[in-house]
Amino acid sequence: MRPAYSIVLFTTASGAGYGMLAWLGILGAAGLLPMAPPFGLAAFALAVALVGTGLIASTFHLGHRERAWRAFSQWRSSWLSREGVAAVATFVPVALYGGGWVLLGRTQGPWAVAGLATAGMALLTVYCTSMIYGSLKTVPAWHNGWVSPAYLILSLASGGVLLSAVAALTAEAPPELTRLTLLALAAGLAVKAGYWRHIDRPDDASTAETATGLGRIGAVRALLSPHTADNWVLREMGYRVARRHAGTLRRIAVILGFALPLAALGVTLAVAGFTGALTFAAAVSLGAGFAVERWLFFAEARHVVTLFYGEQRT
Amino acid sequence: MTCLPGTSAKKLGLVIDLDTCVGCHACVVSCKEWNTGGYGAPLSDQNAYGADPVGAWLNRVHAYEVTPAGQDAQIVHFPRSCLHCDDAPCVTVCPTGASYKRLADGIVLVDEDWCIGCGLCAWACPYGAREMDGQANVMKKCTLCVDRIYNENLPEEDREPACVRACPSRARHFGDLGDPQSEVSLLVLARGGFDLMPEQGTRPVNKYLPPRPKQAREATDRGAAGVAAGHERPEGFLGWLDRALDKLG
Ligand code: SF4
Ligand code: SF4
Repeated sequence: MRPAYSIVLFTTASGAGYGMLAWLGILGAAGLLPMAPPFGLAAFALAVALVGTGLIASTFHLGHRERAWRAFSQWRSSWLSREGVAAVATFVPVALYGGGWVLLGRTQGPWAVAGLATAGMALLTVYCTSMIYGSLKTVPAWHNGWVSPAYLILSLASGGVLLSAVAALTAEAPPELTRLTLLALAAGLAVKAGYWRHIDRPDDASTAETATGLGRIGAVRALLSPHTADNWVLREMGYRVARRHAGTLRRIAVILGFALPLAALGVTLAVAGFTGALTFAAAVSLGAGFAVERWLFFAEARHVVTLFYGEQRT
Repeated sequence: MTCLPGTSAKKLGLVIDLDTCVGCHACVVSCKEWNTGGYGAPLSDQNAYGADPVGAWLNRVHAYEVTPAGQDAQIVHFPRSCLHCDDAPCVTVCPTGASYKRLADGIVLVDEDWCIGCGLCAWACPYGAREMDGQANVMKKCTLCVDRIYNENLPEEDREPACVRACPSRARHFGDLGDPQSEVSLLVLARGGFDLMPEQGTRPVNKYLPPRPKQAREATDRGAAGVAAGHERPEGFLGWLDRALDKLG
């Protein structure tokens, strides 16, 4: 599948933003985050900016952005529509909770309820994003049980690293947040490893034989393409640039997205003094690594329509 | 609403005969010709005379080589367009309600005034039946010539999809596949018509008729045999001519 940069930006940026909101909601309600005003302000501003950037980026690949509002209407059947509705609805508890935190300095009692609602809605939105892809039977690399956990855990991991960086630079990184972020990073690495192992096994459900129905006669080989140049379907769904470099890119994603942030955050727990620089470095490295990871999520995924065009398996 | 409308009793669709299709692309061209002036925005081309042309078409004809075990390969020409699926995933994924299936006759259409051009429906279709128009930026797909089949301004014999009308080898049939007694349903029954990618769970309305069985014959290395035959001396009159020409030359 063609990895549109707007979609890579949308899923990584909004994923990180919702991850930050989830930690702000849960750990803030539990009283485990610093209450220094600069931290609250910076944390909510960054989270909302990331979510907003992602949502705006997601409209860049639309043919008719001026009609984007129509996408809120089909929540009964469409995960894309559900994602839009959940994304907008999340702003309600975020406004309440963030307002209480930043303006009144309150996170407890009824404000904590808003915090938990913020976390719940943030994670629900990320789940909806994952299901836009997870619901597509036509792309076996997406239609499996690894995709939603990966989106959710990577959202928490990236949000945790960014929130740690904001905390370290404006107040003090709470060790609970650091430990939970380390856990999310490790879990994320495990889920991605499992995901990659899963998609490396070819999916045999659909083949050139089932696509054409000619398997009842014999082995099928595409002989002539219906068109001499590309078409939109092949540009969109026949993307194959990444496959040659997939191994290298996966290693880059693992090192930048998981290994370096794990090491940097781990050091902050053991050694005092460089927390700000180390968490900041972890955030930068993670950003690059997760962009590569998300790019691969699209570029490596094969669509069953390619079976009509000469692929034997997806 | 992009929820599916329940099961329509009438299921208009195509039956495509892979035995008689000769791969001439007449259906492809007549489809483009009708639909660029018919329902919705024109089917545009970009860079049509340049090095890298691209354009929206609603029907594509492949050719496959099919090799039964131990026998010679056959060539099968294979038209591919929207199958107007009963469980159309392209409809349910659409966030705007632009993509819909009609309860009255089962035709799957796109309301181009609502389409935001997100492309998700094309991702959801297993058959590559939807193409984004590069100029109008909306999703295009086979309409089953909804503007021909009910069109009382056309002579009766033209009230069928343009591709069916154009096919010179009668490889395309149009009718109600929801009616078990219709001509197309009987044809599917008689010829063992089948679904494409049934495992995708889309329950296509369109059916394909398999190529009729060829005479089974051991695979032969005709390349070598042909060359050897050409070197043999002919007999009879041709043999005499052959020898006479040899003497002359
Ligand atoms: S063939 Fe594709 S576009 Fe047509 S109804 Fe089925 S899924 Fe939708
Ligand atoms: S491209 Fe148009 S018809 Fe297709 S899913 Fe998006 S809005 Fe619906």
